[in-house]
Amino acid sequence: MSAPALQVQDLVAGYEPGLPIVRGASIAVAPAEIVVLLGPNGAGKSTLAKAVAGLVPVSGGEVRLRGMPITALPAHLLPRRGLAFVPQTENVFPGLTVRETLDLAAAILPAAERPAQIAQMLALFPDLAEMPRRRAGALSGGQRQMLAIARALITRPAVLILDEPSAGLSPRLVGLILGKLAEIRAHGVAVLLVEQNVRAALAIADRAYVLVEGRPAHEGPAAALLDDPVVAALYLGGRRAA
Amino acid sequence: MIGQILVDGVTSGAMIGLGAIGLTLVYAILRFANFAHGEFASWGAYFTLLIATALAAAFGTGAPIGPLSFGWPVLMALPLGMVLTGGLALALDRVLFRPLRRHGAEIVLVIASFGASLSLRAALEFIFTDRPQYFSHGIAIALPIGLGLRATADQIGLLGAAIVLMGVMHAVMTRTRLGRAMRATSENPDLARLAGIDVAAVVRATWLIGGALAAAAGVFLGITVQIRPDMGFDLLLPLFAAAILGGIGSVPGALLGGLIIGLAEALAVPLVGAQYRAAVSFVILLAVLLVRPRGLFGVGRE
Repeated sequence: MSAPALQVQDLVAGYEPGLPIVRGASIAVAPAEIVVLLGPNGAGKSTLAKAVAGLVPVSGGEVRLRGMPITALPAHLLPRRGLAFVPQTENVFPGLTVRETLDLAAAILPAAERPAQIAQMLALFPDLAEMPRRRAGALSGGQRQMLAIARALITRPAVLILDEPSAGLSPRLVGLILGKLAEIRAHGVAVLLVEQNVRAALAIADRAYVLVEGRPAHEGPAAALLDDPVVAALYLGGRRAA
Repeated sequence: MIGQILVDGVTSGAMIGLGAIGLTLVYAILRFANFAHGEFASWGAYFTLLIATALAAAFGTGAPIGPLSFGWPVLMALPLGMVLTGGLALALDRVLFRPLRRHGAEIVLVIASFGASLSLRAALEFIFTDRPQYFSHGIAIALPIGLGLRATADQIGLLGAAIVLMGVMHAVMTRTRLGRAMRATSENPDLARLAGIDVAAVVRATWLIGGALAAAAGVFLGITVQIRPDMGFDLLLPLFAAAILGGIGSVPGALLGGLIIGLAEALAVPLVGAQYRAAVSFVILLAVLLVRPRGLFGVGRE
């Protein structure tokens, strides 16, 4: 494994002081690697992702992006450093059109690079190219998810974090969205994926962590975790699998 | 008669709309009803009056421009008054609202804004007394404008100025990064941060713009009626009614809401009498809250 694009070391984070939800989590994602974060409900997967993205207060540990510490940076500076996050819900601006959303997100790039980046996103998600003037609030669930990913990806991040991108989507759209992640990874982007849709996620992932009570309890190649009977029985089960 | 009411309603509605833009943006972005917003209109009028008086004293010519009731010092003073009022709004946020936002519930901010409103109004009364003041003692003569309607040159000029300001504001909101960032922040502050938007800077811009537009509304009201320390407070209810009617966070909504409130108030005068004019916005406000709380242009939030 090459030097990690994202390195999280002993991270402690939570919404309330003294009540950490993430309790000393250490994970790493290499460039062009897809890593999936699994675990039962309440294990702290989403909180870990949000803490890395600067949306949840961090009270201990460290986050490094391409070797540079980013732990205490305000969220709005992270896209400029190369970290992008797609929240699970409310991940588009309902009143902004597709084009306005992309323009807004691209604005942190040098002006000369913006048109090419916008064109590249529209090429990656042809559905969006057909409706530049449609307001995000009027898009279908799948289109919203595409816009949310395009919004995050347009700044050419080194690390893309997605919080349950398949939630609420039909199996066909889950396949489409997760397939796009494989395409995105091919450009060298490190992808950290929080997923409940365990089998579909493990099918495209390289590695996985299983988070229990705020820290990784298991880690391994995706294929091995999928076949591990103990892990499967404990956390993957049939309960929430697709 | 009805035509004349429409002329008066449209001009006063345009001023309400201008003032309501800042209220609706602050409400949408910071999530609280700022009861001190009307005071920005009063302070803007007094700032502009002071500057215009100083300019007239320094350069000696305050003669009315053409058929207008006021001279060029007022025109020159208006942009400065708007900037100063924007600065006042920014300062109020810095010393009062921002510290409270860190650990305060919405109701704390609302009550604080009520206190700020009282203090700002009392300060004006202390400095200027409650005696009405005027931008000009010239008489505005109503001119025929066709179809048997009459409007003063002031009304026509101010309506034009209000339309220009509204057009600029609409262009800012739809065409510029700042405007898009303001819309994005009002819809979802966390997602705005993830999109690289410095939310604190957006908040500062919102206060500046909102304060400046309220000042313009105050000056226009001061020109067509008079300048009093409580003029902004009297404007507050129509401003809220316009903002809520139009849909919180919507600039076109605030303008349309302002026009509807202005027209409704003007129409109410011959129907129920001038003393009940102020009640009209209150009735409209309640009706909107009951029937369509999102307003005309409101976007549903999470």
